[in-house]
Formats: sequence, C-alpha cells, structure tokens
Amino acid sequence: MTKQVQQLDRVIIRFAGDSGDGMQLAGDRFTQETATFGNDLSTLPNFPAEIRAPAGTLPGVSSFQLHFADHDILTPGDAPDVLVAMNPAALKANLDDVPRGADIIANTDEFTKRNLSKVGYAGNPLEDGSLDAYQLHAIPLTSVTVKALENFEITRKDAERAKNMFALGLLSWLYNRPVEGTMRFLESKFGTKPQILAANKAAFQAGWNYGETTEAFSVQYEVKPATLQPGTYRNITGNSALAYGLVAASRRSGLPLFLGSYPITPASDILHELSKLKRFGVRTMQAEDEISGVGAALGASFGGGLGVTSTSGPGMCLKAETIGLAVSVELPLIICDIQRAGPSTGMPTKTEQADLLMALFGRNGESPVAVLAPSTPADCFDTAIEAVRIAVKYRTPVIILSDGYLANGSEPWRIPSVDGLARLRDEFSFACGQGTADGDEFQPFQRNPQTLARPWAIPGTPGLEHRIGGIEKADGSGTISYDPDNHDRMVRLRQAKIDGIAADIAPLEIDDPDGDARVLVLGWGSTYGSIGAAIRRVRLSGGSVAQAHLRHLSPFPANLGEVLHSYDKVLVPEINLGQLALLLRGRYLTDVVSYNRVRGLPFRASELAEVIQDVIANV
Amino acid sequence: MSELEFPEPGHRLASLTLVPKADEKQSAKDFKSDQEVRWCPGCGDYAILAAFQSFLPELEIARENLVIVSGIGCSSRLPYYVNSYGMHSIHGRAPAIATGLAASRPDLSVWVITGDGDALSIGGNHLIHALRRNVNIKILLFNNRIYGLTKGQYSPTSELGKVTKSTPFGSLDTPFNPVSLALGAEAGFVARTIDSDRKHLTSVLRAAADHKGTAFIEIYQNCPIFNDDAFLPVTEPGARDQHLIRLEDGEPIRFGSDGSMGLRFSKYGSLEAVPVAESDPDSLLSHDAKAADPSYAFALSRLDSSDFAHAPIGVFRNVERPSYDELMSAQIEGARQKQGDGDLAELLAGGDTWQVG
Repeated sequence: MTKQVQQLDRVIIRFAGDSGDGMQLAGDRFTQETATFGNDLSTLPNFPAEIRAPAGTLPGVSSFQLHFADHDILTPGDAPDVLVAMNPAALKANLDDVPRGADIIANTDEFTKRNLSKVGYAGNPLEDGSLDAYQLHAIPLTSVTVKALENFEITRKDAERAKNMFALGLLSWLYNRPVEGTMRFLESKFGTKPQILAANKAAFQAGWNYGETTEAFSVQYEVKPATLQPGTYRNITGNSALAYGLVAASRRSGLPLFLGSYPITPASDILHELSKLKRFGVRTMQAEDEISGVGAALGASFGGGLGVTSTSGPGMCLKAETIGLAVSVELPLIICDIQRAGPSTGMPTKTEQADLLMALFGRNGESPVAVLAPSTPADCFDTAIEAVRIAVKYRTPVIILSDGYLANGSEPWRIPSVDGLARLRDEFSFACGQGTADGDEFQPFQRNPQTLARPWAIPGTPGLEHRIGGIEKADGSGTISYDPDNHDRMVRLRQAKIDGIAADIAPLEIDDPDGDARVLVLGWGSTYGSIGAAIRRVRLSGGSVAQAHLRHLSPFPANLGEVLHSYDKVLVPEINLGQLALLLRGRYLTDVVSYNRVRGLPFRASELAEVIQDVIANV
Repeated sequence: MSELEFPEPGHRLASLTLVPKADEKQSAKDFKSDQEVRWCPGCGDYAILAAFQSFLPELEIARENLVIVSGIGCSSRLPYYVNSYGMHSIHGRAPAIATGLAASRPDLSVWVITGDGDALSIGGNHLIHALRRNVNIKILLFNNRIYGLTKGQYSPTSELGKVTKSTPFGSLDTPFNPVSLALGAEAGFVARTIDSDRKHLTSVLRAAADHKGTAFIEIYQNCPIFNDDAFLPVTEPGARDQHLIRLEDGEPIRFGSDGSMGLRFSKYGSLEAVPVAESDPDSLLSHDAKAADPSYAFALSRLDSSDFAHAPIGVFRNVERPSYDELMSAQIEGARQKQGDGDLAELLAGGDTWQVG
C-alpha cells in the first residue's frame, strides 16, 4: 500500500511507559537512527530514581523525548507531536504536555480495568471519547508483538518484553528512519542469545510492517536531514562528552588521569565511561565514599597526575572539606558536579541549577575556586578541557557544573580533530631541582608573577622535598605560619590568583543581530538551549533582544560588568531561586530581572519567550 | 620474623621494589627537617619520630621518593619534621589521599601517620577500606587513647567509663581494639608495638616495609598531658613482663616474668593463658603470623584488654596478597596489550557516525 508522505520540518516524539517497558532503550535507538539519518536533534530522558517502581503506577513512568529537525535546534522541545503511551499511567502522566491534534499511540492491552483504576481513571480514556481532540492510534502492542513472535522458542515474558521493539519499528516506519544501526545494536546486545535476538528483530520488523499495512496510519512523515557544518558527526550525551573531554585533556597535557568517585545519580556514567578506558592509562577507583573519592584524586594530583572526582549535590557537600584543602595546598583538581534537584536527596534523576552558590562559596574560610558550566551536552567536552587548562596552569581546584539534563541528554556532535585541541602541556611544567643553588631552600609557595601559581613540585623530584598541608602557610616558604599579616596576604593572594584567570578567558560574547536590543537575556549552564530557542521565537515575532551565556562563573569574564551596564534590562533565567542574579547584583550593582522555575525539568522555550516579551514590553 | 632479625643483605624490602634507591648512604640526620618539633615535653611522639628517622636510612630509598601523609591531631604533625615529601591533610582522610597517591605512583614509598581519633573515629571508613583494598601504604596509628590536640576528650580507644572533659560522668561507649578492627577489615599485615621500646618499634617498622600492600601498625603512645601512664602496665620495667606477650614468628609463645606461661585454644576458639608446666606440650601454640586464616590472629588480638592483663605485641598477621596498585597497573597493562594503546581520535569517532558535507 502506498501511503501519502508528508514533509515536516521538525517533530517531537515522546516514548512513555513503565520503568520496565524499555522506553529509554527505544528512545535511545530512535535517537541513533535519527542521528545517522542526519537530522539535528536534542533529547530529554526523564525517569524515576526507583529502578522498578510498582508497575503501572504514576511514579513508575519513564519517558524519553526526542526533538529532531531539518534545521539546527536547541532544545528537546516543549510539547510532543507524538506520544507513545505504553500504559494508562504513561498516558495520564504525560497528557497535559500533549497539544490537541497530536498523535497518541496507546497500547490497548495495558488499558485494563485494574491498570486504569491504579491511576484513577474511572473509564477507559481510549474508549470514552475523552481523547477525541487527538489523533488516537489504539493498538494492542503487547498482543500483536506476542502473536508476531509465536513461532519463536522464547517465553511469553520475553515475547512481551519485545513490545518496545515493535513500537520502535512502528515509529521508525512512520518517520522513515534507517534501521541498520538498530539491527547492529541488537546483534551486539543479544549476540549470545540467538532466539532472543531473532525475536527482537522480528518484533521490530513487525512494527514496521504494521505501520505500512494497517489503516491505522494513513500518512508517513519525512523530516529531511539538517544542514549542519561539514564534518563527521556522532550523537553524544553530556556525561560521555565530559568523560571524553577529560581523557583528551589527559592526553593533551601528558598527565595520567585518575578518577576517584562514588556512585551517585546522575554522575555515575562518568565513572562507568572512564572505567572502560584503561588503555588510555586511566586509573579509576570506586571509592568507599564521596570524601575518599576526592581525597584519592587530590593524592593523585599531589603525585603529578590529573586528579578528578565526579559527583552530584549531596556528594559535593561531603567533598567540601577536601576541596578546601586543595585550595589551601594549591594543587590542580577537577570536581565534576552533575547537579540534580535538591536539597538533600531531592529528586535524583531530575535536573536543577541550584549548586552554583555552593560551588562558589560552600567551604569554610575564604576559599576561591574556578567554576565552569557547560551549555549543551557536546559542550561538556570543551568545558572539561578548559577546566583542566585552568586547573593545571593555576594549580587550583576547578568545579564543573553540569546537570542531569546535560548529563543524560544528547545531541549531534561534530567530532573535533585531535590536533586542533588545546596543547595543555604548554600550560604548565613541574618544578625541577636543577639549578637550585646549594643552601637555597626550595620555596614551595613562591608564585609565578603572571599567574600567581605556586610551583608544582612532585614527589620523586630531588632537592624539592617539602611539606604542604591545610594549616596556613608563610608566603613563599610555605612553612606553618600564624602571623596575622601573612594570613591576610595569603587570603588575598589566593583570591587574586583566581580573579586573575579572568584575563586568560574569552570575553563574554553577545548575540544581538539587530544591534539595537535594550534587553539582554543572560544565562549560564544547561539553559542555553531553552533560552536560545525562546530568543528565536521572540525575534521571529519582531522583538529585539540580545543573548549572552556564561561558561565561566568564577571568575566572570572581564567584560561582564560592561555588558550588563549596556542594556536597559537584563533578564536572568535560572533553574534555581536566583543564584546568578544574586552574584550579579552584589558584584555589579545591576538590578537584574530574575526568572526562576525549579521543576526538575528544563525551561520550555514557549514559557521563556513569553517572559522575554514581557520584559521587552516593560522597558 | 623475630624481633631482631634483619632482612638478608641485599634483600630489597618487598614494598619498595619499584622505588628508586638512594645514591649514597643515608643517616637519621638526612631525614630531619629544619622545623622545630612542637610536641609537649615528654610526649611519646618524640620517641616514635626518632625511631622512625633512624630507621628510614635502612630503606635505602631516594629520600625524594618517600612521602608521608597525615591527618589531623598531635601525631599528624609528624610529616613536618621529616625531610621528605609530605602532606598534613585533613581529619581522618590521610588513607584516602595516600591511596590516590600510591595507586598512581608505584615508585613512591608512602607512609600514613594517624592517631586513634583520626583513624578510628572520623576516618574509620577510610581506614577499613584502605586495609581491605591493600594499597601499598604503611599506616602508623599512634594510639594514646585520648584526644590531645583538642585538649583531652575521650577517644574511640579510651577505656569504658573514662572520665574526661567531655565525659565528666564517664564514657559510655565500648572502645575499639585497633588490631581486632584491622584484622576484621581484611588487613594483610597487622602489628602492635610501643613508643618506648625502640628496638621493638624498629623491628616492626622493618617488617611492615617488607610487606607489599597495606601494613597497619598500632603504636601504644603515651600522652603525658591528658592521659599520662595509660600504658604503664606494659612499659614499666618489672610490671611489663607480667603483661606483655611478645610475638615472634615460628617461636613458641612464652610470657610471664619467667616465661612460664603459654597459650592454647579453648573449646570455642578463643585463646587462654595456661602455665606451661601444667599443660600438654602439643596443645601449646607457637606463633604463626603467616597463617592464611585470620581467626588465630584475631583470637590473639582478643587477649588484649583495657587493664592489659595480657597484651600481645609484635606482628600478629603477615600474609601477602596482590596489592591494589599492582592489580590496577596490571589491568591497564592488560587493556593496552589487548586493545592497543588508547587512540584518542578513534575514541572520539567511536560509535555510529555520519558525514555532513
């Protein structure tokens, strides 16, 4: 049957089901197919912290949203054009986000009386007309999958589990995705279980055929590849990009990478990823706790390695004392904080930007560190390299503030050439004992006049034996000192060292195509995409607005004050209660306008666009 | 190993095979820093420091390859006084920092200096995991059974009912037995010695250095200010022979003033002190630090009590297994042999890729 093919410029699909329904896998595979096809894309996995919440309940719903387009896009999208609902809970949890007219593909097998009542449906929404405003495709996904697999020697349970592959096959047909990647993936996943492999392939094919042959779908869609910068691309998540960035920094600096880490959502994938890369000389240690993870990393840095620890908010609290020690002994250390909703345990799988002030100030005493935040999943790679550059050049801890959205979200990444990456080994050198005249005591806190960095004298270097520690040190000699003026000087020197980095980082760039904007939207971290998409909307409707996005939170770029004062209004959207805004007001006496939502989710572009319009209207 | 036994001439101590050798003969003086030692007069730490500095030349390692990491407390000031690399870190965390250092630098000899509060209270977790992990570090725990630097609160090794500033009505919590704790944490090398017995202390340090992996040494250390004479029963000439059980590997265990007492297993596996003359000679134990099963060493550790009725000293357990750093290096080497040295360009371009333009 030849079906009508409709051209679309972009589509948002949300796969939703029970935690055990394999929705993340289906979403991930669809993403890979879409990436291979050449669309631009952005993803938003959204899942519960519980591994298997009670089946069929609202807390157990897991979803994966994918936005893909024939042009470059910035966010996973606000509202899905297609919702795949594998059970009543998935429908109920997601329906509010689905605009009228959108397609809903529902697995009728799971809409039983019991499952309906579990989530408070009095009747069956698939039958009672309540979904009349949507394009409803009610399909018995489970039973058609089981039927398609009846000739395979597998258990009924295994057959039922393949329903995600049926759904994936159906969606792949609907959007005309390439399938070879998924076939290869299944072969590597189920290579040792030929029956399961064949069944999954068959389920996928059955889903594809179902779309092609049944009348449930009259239209097939096409989204043409996007025109991106020439190059080789891959799809990458923020955590993978961060891990690769660290390995690249290790290679480009010649410093062996040591990761001390304790498992914590949503940071564990960095530990997983780096643990695979032993052939790069990467040492990973799953520590007994968060404190040990950062302690071991600092020990490795003391020994002349690239010490890294990865964690999320609760772990940051525990690492604070060791980060303070690293500030005091002035050694390089990379701390990756993959922020999640807090306080306390909060919502481990949901995103937030509320660790900014903790990163800057969450230690005893005057304890300045450099703080950077990546803006997109792929940007985690570049941010990691920049963080290592600062850490080794200035001998300072550097905190990278990623978050759950960047960590698990993905986007196409133009693979950089290795030779084009920063040559970090030019940024530092180890101190060596040669040339020290006899009787000249080594001065472990004598600073480089430009960078204010102290010598990095590693054990094994003859003639430079010295002791460091958390007690205040005499300027220069580094011996214990309780001298009041010395302490005042050291406090100021440590701060001046961090402040001085501002002269060594790129100035804040402003995007203001009209050149006449009176309103600036200033963001940091993972809100880059949502803000950018909102700004496009505003500009399309004739509004004039400038955008700037901070990667460096400590120190700020040198031109930030000037930028802030060049606009009548500065809007600062943050997924916290105004932490950057507090810093800007305090530092630059600019009364910025804050916009804050702390829902565990990225901003919607539509909501930000309205806020921007409001600010423009009130200038 | 007997108390006075030296390693064979030319024998490279097992924990140091990858550490560069010193070019010249060293003396204790080479390991003294220019810093004024600031412990209280009469503190047991002086004796330990002196014994340690006199012992270090025996290692015959390049001084710059020696690193001492400490936590917080009186004992943790020690790194400042030894002319090597050192880090006086934060409370309880020295084993964690030393682990990262030793795991990434097998060419270093790494020593941890800690106290009973530092290692057993705030840093208890790091201590037990360092022991089971078996990184090549040597942990010296100065046990004075009191908090000294914070001026006299009870510690996790203070005897039950200890009256201190923070426990004016007596402490309520049962103390740790550090040797039992270390054995329970899967330590391969566990020893106990005394600050005032320099010869014994040195022999135990030597045995620790000859152990590849984590070595744990509890050192009874007198605090003359806040807990003076806490170890009098095992240090006072005359009295001490009544209480001390000196463990010498392979030798019959004999103690008491005239060596008339021995040890045998009781019905449920604990050890009991019996007069040698009245016992079946076959039931009496000789010390075996190499016993694979730690139950015997644990039973020995349980002889110790707050009143020191019997206090074994020496090497309780000395059993080798591959060290963490060694295994970590082997995994890296294995991965390189199997997969080739990491190729960054290949890593970045891994997975499904596509071309644009």
